[in-house]
Amino acid sequence: MNLLENYEELVAMILFVIGFTMLVFSKNLLKKIIGLNIMDTGVYLFLASMGYIKDALTPIVPAEGEVNPMDYINPIPSGLVLTGIVVSVSVSALTLALCVRLYKKYHTLDLDEMYMHMKKEEE
Amino acid sequence: MMDFLMNFPFITIVLSLFSAVVAFAFKGSRARFVTYFLLLAGAVMSCFVLAYNLSSETGYFVYRMGHYDAPIGNEISAGLLEPFFVLIFEVVMLLSVLGGKRRIFSDIPEEKQKLFYVMINLCHAALAALCYTNDIFTAYVFVEICTIASCSLLMASDKGKSLIAATRYMIFSLIGSGFLLIGIILIYSITGHLLFTNLYEAITLLWRDGSYNFPLTVAIGLIVSGLCVKSGLFPFHFWMPDTYGTATPAASAILSGVISKGYIFLLFKIIFRVIGFDVFLATGVQNILFVFGILGMVVGSVSAIRTKNIKFMIAFSSAAQIGYIYMGLGLGTRTALVASLFQIISHSLTKSMLFISAGGLCDAAGGKQDFASLRSCAHKNKVAGAVFLAGALSMVGVPIFAGFIPKLLFAASAFEGGAKMFFVLIALAVSTMLNVMYFMRTALTVYYPLGAENGAQAKTRACASFAVCTIVFIALNIAVGLNSQPISSLLEKGIELFMNVR
Repeated sequence: MNLLENYEELVAMILFVIGFTMLVFSKNLLKKIIGLNIMDTGVYLFLASMGYIKDALTPIVPAEGEVNPMDYINPIPSGLVLTGIVVSVSVSALTLALCVRLYKKYHTLDLDEMYMHMKKEEE
Repeated sequence: MMDFLMNFPFITIVLSLFSAVVAFAFKGSRARFVTYFLLLAGAVMSCFVLAYNLSSETGYFVYRMGHYDAPIGNEISAGLLEPFFVLIFEVVMLLSVLGGKRRIFSDIPEEKQKLFYVMINLCHAALAALCYTNDIFTAYVFVEICTIASCSLLMASDKGKSLIAATRYMIFSLIGSGFLLIGIILIYSITGHLLFTNLYEAITLLWRDGSYNFPLTVAIGLIVSGLCVKSGLFPFHFWMPDTYGTATPAASAILSGVISKGYIFLLFKIIFRVIGFDVFLATGVQNILFVFGILGMVVGSVSAIRTKNIKFMIAFSSAAQIGYIYMGLGLGTRTALVASLFQIISHSLTKSMLFISAGGLCDAAGGKQDFASLRSCAHKNKVAGAVFLAGALSMVGVPIFAGFIPKLLFAASAFEGGAKMFFVLIALAVSTMLNVMYFMRTALTVYYPLGAENGAQAKTRACASFAVCTIVFIALNIAVGLNSQPISSLLEKGIELFMNVR
């Protein structure tokens, strides 16, 4: 079975879909942010599994001795994952900050309720 | 000496990134002058890069970042289109910031004004990087920086309404980034490259080989849809009115005029330099873009007619105008592509002008945005009224204004489009009619003769920077409209470079 051999990709895609559905359909802002993080985790798992080679070493070059590139895993996906994590941390931080500000103003995390409060304020 | 000019794209990006940090440490209003200076310096540098490329033989250069060559290191590339668009974006940003200065002072709490300018510096850096980069993952990182900075611009005014709007904008943007990221990673996992040049070679070979066509199509579709969501193509345009309507005018002008166009420019660059236009046409994605572009033109205009708020109207009209750009991309002929790029320029100039002038009109109407309160306010703020009228004429497509040229080019390109000709011509006609309807209604409302009941109100004096900026906006708009020939030949040369020179 092709799918079972590539189970990392399968899990990654399932995580992506779960996160995406949460991000789009959940009413609660915090759940949306959790969904965003699950979605990103799925993508990073997919990316990291691309560069992983079984039984290979971490790509840190020793100070002395011969270096054979075939002994190491591909370091580029790992680098990309690190960059991606930084990006998703900053995005989550910003969204959480927005969340706190909105909660202080409207005392709810539900986007629709906030909308109703806002409409009432206008009138 | 001439080769030193190749450093300018890099200097533009890094200088504005660093100055964002430095400006944060400055006291009071000095951050503002750093922003002005950087936007001006960036515009001058883009002029130099453009002149250098126009005079050089190839018209194109690739700049190596760091000490490693192509497959390992990172690169910047500049042809004719990149510096030209960066120049336009910088000029529009500068004029929007200057023109919306008074509203920035009144809308944003004093201690946060500095941060507003910091975020504009970040947007500037991110936009320059989006245009110049030659590496697809760098493009993703700067897309995210641009998202964060533009969301902060939106929430700067610290009202409940703008916070909710910023949240919605953020959610849509994050969905877009998710698609973009997974598309990029799929392409990386198929080809093993991240630089545009290597990706192009690999994708062309793979497509000819035929064994990976389905995964490639999925990846291309994901990248395209990600950038479409972020730039606000038709079914994803619902965040636009809220975000543009509640933010301070400078932020709305920058967001609609520059940032969404930056994403579209990145999409163009990816389509030409990564995917290759032939492969892109073979996937059939352009037909979907064509359909949604046309739907966006009509639906956006209809929503603009139905709304009763001037800023919502301008925002919905943005959705319609972005539909034009995607329609041109969907047509896929050379003239249509030139028309799309021209539409980016003219819309960027016109829409920011409209948002700034709408800010002035709303001030004259006592801060209200609905049409009933706006009645005859153009008499109170003459400059804003005149600028709004000029912007409306340009949007509708009256000759000598910039908005006329893309419509003409789209109509001309329709005849090369085969079966699509019919739809393009009808959509153009319908959308122009609808444009006329809502812009004329607004213009008539704001110029309604002063009656006894509202004649007594005092006139608000337009501040000097507002007047100067808006006059420069009109002058630029007319200059672009009158000099369409050199600009469209420049765009055509740029597309030629994009397609054929590696």
